[in-house]
Amino acid sequence: MNPVSYAFAIAAAAIALLAIIEMLRRQRFRERHAFWWLLAAILSLVVSIFPSTLELAASVVGVEVPSNLAFFISIVILFFVTVQHSSELTTLEEKTRVLAEHIALVEQRLSVLTNDVDDSHRGRDS
Amino acid sequence: MPAFNEEEAVGAVVKEVLSSLPGIRCLVVNDGSTDRTANAALEAGATVLTLPFNLGVGGAMRLGFQYAVENDFACVVQIDADGQHNPSSVPELLAQLEHADIVIGARFAGTGDYDVTGPRKWAMKLLAAIISRIAKTRLTDVTSGFKAAGPRAVRLFATNYPAEYLGDTIESLVLASRGGCTVLQVPVAMRPRAGGVPSHNPMKSAVYLGRAAMALVIALWRTPISVRG
Repeated sequence: MNPVSYAFAIAAAAIALLAIIEMLRRQRFRERHAFWWLLAAILSLVVSIFPSTLELAASVVGVEVPSNLAFFISIVILFFVTVQHSSELTTLEEKTRVLAEHIALVEQRLSVLTNDVDDSHRGRDS
Repeated sequence: MPAFNEEEAVGAVVKEVLSSLPGIRCLVVNDGSTDRTANAALEAGATVLTLPFNLGVGGAMRLGFQYAVENDFACVVQIDADGQHNPSSVPELLAQLEHADIVIGARFAGTGDYDVTGPRKWAMKLLAAIISRIAKTRLTDVTSGFKAAGPRAVRLFATNYPAEYLGDTIESLVLASRGGCTVLQVPVAMRPRAGGVPSHNPMKSAVYLGRAAMALVIALWRTPISVRG
């Protein structure tokens, strides 16, 4: 592998890892969302520094072209991320639904109460 | 009465409900309408709950059931805001609640001349057959929006009414019968809807059948729930 592409791969993986850690630190991510991204960034950093680990792993699982193993693992990680997002989206939708229901109930009670108060004021005035 | 953008029809329907059924509370759930549905219903004398955005019939119904639980109403009757259902059939539905937890006002059970044709009809028949087996009674119309729920069903639905597509019909029935509620049907006559024409597009019917089948499968896969209290 030529030194430029070697350095490029390490730099890319390192930047990704730093970005994720920084976002975690600034609380832009919840930890459970960061998990898969952290895993991906660490794996890619290891593989970019020691490309032989990828070749070794590929030969262990019997994948003939090592880069295919890398693609496969990336797809698996992305798959888990999207599945997690779908599930959290469902939770959030359910929560907004409950909030909407509460708002509607409270709003109706409030309008009944304000009407009562207005009526009693009017009764006292006359 | 779930209502989404029904300002033209809802006022008259509420008035008819209140005049033909003395002693009831008419609750209109305004499902995020962008028109004057809420005002029209209020002026006609209904209690109105307004959802901040559209949740679909299922979402509106769960809110209605919650309102019933909070205000100690024993029974809930769901009726369309477009005037398709005749409020004078409500006592028949309520009478049958003595024998079951849910009573469906069925459209094809002999009374009235409501009819659909083609693939949509087959889809509805198939669904009815499957749900009849799940609920262990003979039902001919499971997609009716005219239903009465007794105390057990009201409690169940206040926490567990599905908001998904067709959740208000298919899934809610599956959920209730698996939760131990009994279902009955009463034939009702339908009236022409106040506005709009029902579609008879075969493509749409196929999509409808597909989504209905999926809703059914998902409903059967769900972990069953039971009624508290």
